[in-house]
Amino acid sequence: MSEIHDIKTTQLYSRHLQAGGKMVSFAGYLMPVQYSSGIMQEHLHTREQAGLFDVSHMGQFIVQGVGAALALEGLMPVDLEALAINQQTYATFTDVSGGISDDLIVTRWAEDTFFLIVNAACKAQDFQRLQVHLADSADIRLSELDLHSLVALQGPRAKDIMAELSSDAARLIFMHGCSASINGIDCYITRSGYTGEDGFEISVANHHADRLADILLAYDACQWIGLGARDSLRLEAGLCLYGHDMDLNTTPVEAGLSWSISKSRRNNGAKQGGFLGEDTILAQLSAGVSKKRVGFLVSGKAPVREGSEIIDDQGTVIGIITSGGFGPTLQAPLAMGYVPIEYSKEGTALTALVRNKPRSIIVAKMPLVPQRYYRG
Amino acid sequence: MGQVVYTKDHEWLSIKDDVITIGVTEFAQQQLGDVVFVELPDVGSTLSIGDEAAVIESVKAAGEISVPLGGVVVSVNESLIDEPELLNSAPETDGWIFRLTPTIAVDLRDFMDAGQYQQYTQDGE
Repeated sequence: MSEIHDIKTTQLYSRHLQAGGKMVSFAGYLMPVQYSSGIMQEHLHTREQAGLFDVSHMGQFIVQGVGAALALEGLMPVDLEALAINQQTYATFTDVSGGISDDLIVTRWAEDTFFLIVNAACKAQDFQRLQVHLADSADIRLSELDLHSLVALQGPRAKDIMAELSSDAARLIFMHGCSASINGIDCYITRSGYTGEDGFEISVANHHADRLADILLAYDACQWIGLGARDSLRLEAGLCLYGHDMDLNTTPVEAGLSWSISKSRRNNGAKQGGFLGEDTILAQLSAGVSKKRVGFLVSGKAPVREGSEIIDDQGTVIGIITSGGFGPTLQAPLAMGYVPIEYSKEGTALTALVRNKPRSIIVAKMPLVPQRYYRG
Repeated sequence: MGQVVYTKDHEWLSIKDDVITIGVTEFAQQQLGDVVFVELPDVGSTLSIGDEAAVIESVKAAGEISVPLGGVVVSVNESLIDEPELLNSAPETDGWIFRLTPTIAVDLRDFMDAGQYQQYTQDGE
């Protein structure tokens, strides 16, 4: 262990070890890929009961000051001015060519205060991007909530647990948040997550994180869930993973994320454009795209994983798998990837090459396992 | 089962007459996690030492089984096609992977016995 330099741990590291966490290096942090019960059990437990995820490696930023909404809109094609206080939205940071440089969740904490959650692997770069972009706005301050942990409580029993801990949080609907106190611990809780299940994400000061985790884990329905199950859960739910299912070479439109682009920022919208890569993205919104992210059902039992080539019936490579694996709830392999638009129709039969062996895949509507968000 | 020996790659070899049955150990099974698919070698194929003989896919990753000695594949465990989880529940018995007849006589000094293998896993590789 001593030869691993600069690798960080989260506040909850010792809790992971106690729970039998198998720690792996992920985005500069030692994180639990699974605990003693294994990915399959953890995945199914989350779909049936409640799972607790440590996602403290993700970046938590605050942008505060008069004009913060408009300033941030220059970096992402969403309408932050239209967000209600305590409402949140999914967004993408775009670059000049229209590619995605990260995806994030933005919550409006107050009229001029925004809370951003970004990917761990991108957080240094995101912070710098925000710093440069906001440099001219003397009244707007950017800070990182680096002394805070972030945990996600996900699954159908999450609401029952929350009902006993915070009635305010338990009443939230999907993509809304509130400040709350859990047994005297100040938290910011949102009804959101990355599993397709109903659930919550809780931001809490590091010095309270262990106690908060203990409070949640005291419920029989709740257990730790590692990154392995987090990946299979989000894949079944049809959710993109940055750096895999989208990156600088894919636009939000190609990635199937057009729904995240606010109407007001589109063609003929009140605040049309005004974000990096607007020419490309607005053109794609009106004229369509030549490639697109789609989901796949896989015949047989062999998982088709990231990097597998997709070929047509002539054997020509037409696309690539960007995420794939076995879906414990689906009880079958599943994948997502990019194909030319003419192959993107639901039901299109294609072939993926796995270790040079052809495996039949069929374009399927995502999510392959229904999302169960609580929308009130 | 005949005489059983082990490799540093956490495979076990059961040697009986001129047929060697190969599988992965309980230790390997724990490291792999939940197995969802096993790609078996073709019966009749000739493998050289170090060749990829099988692929074990768990929920999170694919792991290759390289053949610890050259030979001809004489049978594969077809139960693994429908029940890949046998590799988790019975890796050293019903979860055997394939059988081969070695090309040259097996030198047992190339492998570990049960005691040596146990020590090897305790030493953390």
